Amino acid sequence: MIQYFKNVWSGLSSTFLGMYITFKHLFVKKVTIQYPDQRFTLPDNARNRLKLEMERCNGCNSCVVACPVNCITLETVRVSPEDPHQEVHHNGNPRKMWVTRYEIDFAKCCYCGLCTQACPSDAIQHTQEYEYSSYKREDLYYKFQTLSPDQVAEKHRMYAELKAKDKPAKAEGATEEKKAKPEEKKEKEQ
Amino acid sequence: MENTNFLWDLMGKNIWSVLLVISLPLMFVLVYALIAILAELKISAWIQERLGPMRTGPWGILQPVAEVVKLIQKEDITPDQSSKLLYNLAPFIIFTGAYAAFAVIPFSEAFVPSGIDVGLFYVFAIGSISAMGIVMGGWASNNKYSLMGAMRAVSQLISYEIPAAFAVLSVVVLASSMNMQEISKMQTGWFWNWFIFGGPGSISKIWVIPFTVGLTLIYFISSLAETNRVPFDIPEGESELVAGFHTEYSGMKFAMFFFAEYANMFVVAAILTTIFLGGWNSPFGDFMQGPWWGVFWFIAKSFSVVLVQIWIRWTLPRFRVDQLMYVGWKVLLPLSFVCFIAISLFVMLK
Repeated sequence: MIQYFKNVWSGLSSTFLGMYITFKHLFVKKVTIQYPDQRFTLPDNARNRLKLEMERCNGCNSCVVACPVNCITLETVRVSPEDPHQEVHHNGNPRKMWVTRYEIDFAKCCYCGLCTQACPSDAIQHTQEYEYSSYKREDLYYKFQTLSPDQVAEKHRMYAELKAKDKPAKAEGATEEKKAKPEEKKEKEQ
Repeated sequence: MENTNFLWDLMGKNIWSVLLVISLPLMFVLVYALIAILAELKISAWIQERLGPMRTGPWGILQPVAEVVKLIQKEDITPDQSSKLLYNLAPFIIFTGAYAAFAVIPFSEAFVPSGIDVGLFYVFAIGSISAMGIVMGGWASNNKYSLMGAMRAVSQLISYEIPAAFAVLSVVVLASSMNMQEISKMQTGWFWNWFIFGGPGSISKIWVIPFTVGLTLIYFISSLAETNRVPFDIPEGESELVAGFHTEYSGMKFAMFFFAEYANMFVVAAILTTIFLGGWNSPFGDFMQGPWWGVFWFIAKSFSVVLVQIWIRWTLPRFRVDQLMYVGWKVLLPLSFVCFIAISLFVMLK
């Protein structure tokens, strides 16, 4: 009998306690962020959409190798010394490779960030941009190359001319290669 | 009864004034339901530290309007194997049951749609109509969840009507009247004249106060069960029964159920207000007392009770079926007996 009244009392009092707790929550600061109007500040190392700074990229291919899902497509052509169009990297060194194609398929990208770690010149980096959903998969295929198709064809032609010029002197071709190697090394050191 | 309805004095008793008297509570219920839905959304959100609807209108106050528009636009589905007539009739019967109770609710000393002498009896009689509607809807849907929900709803309604009736009977014993307008008039004066504090009388009524407070709680708990609200919402417990008796309903018919639930909430809150919380009387003697202030006090008190119902909904989890029966038959019923006998003794010895 006493237990019965104790049960009734505990039922009532626990209800009132619960109501007291929920009442307090009425006046607590709300946790909702009204998303399109208010935004959450992302941490500095947040991994969102990638960006490529073309003047830093030397076409070394390490991002392509590092990518676990093969979402980066990279094609390069060597710069011909006779080309009137020459570019310099951000640190003043002349460009050795034209990046004729640099494309990232963000539908495939898994935002692991391995490409940014692999990049020797910090050309590829994560941005804070995360609102780029689209209705078509093609819209998620981002093209970062700065050269126009005409220019790309021009660069290929220049490189072919350079090769053709080198061909007659086949014996000297070996020296040419030797020459090229230290240059690459130099670039890596930089 | 003299002067219970200002419209009779104003327009005489003809078909137009009768229609107006019938439709006034309906207009009130329509507006009230929108406000109650908004209150439900906002209070649930604030208790969970959310903001709730914020996009429709300033601070989302037009959200219930948007929901009504949405419900009107929805397709009205009638299941192929259902019993068509009963299926289509059920929402209307439930709403009729909820709305019929408004006939005797005294909104003010100058307005009660029908000041009959057996008001409280009538409310309890009419309350069972919605149980019939629930059974009709659940059974005619030809769906096992609907049928189980309907059976649960009815067993719950029947078991909780008894303690509620005893709570009301105790007030009838104290007031010696079943006329809700008379009961309201008796509680005129300061708030200690309310029946929750033993009603009007000398200081000797102090012995009866614990019992009347207990009866108020008992009536409130039973009224929660009668309106199928949390923590007594096992007839529509979505984790067990999808949506209970209205699983198969959509569009406007679902809206009718929804609407009837909110109307029912107001009915039980209004009865609680009338018999325990002084009805349309001001809590402070003659301060703000009068026919028009009466409407204000009545709606303010009833709406506060509705807010407490909403508050409880977002506090407590749902009862199990056996716990529900335990609370109804083994706790509320014996305690209401005890209170009833104590109050009867008090009235006899007074």
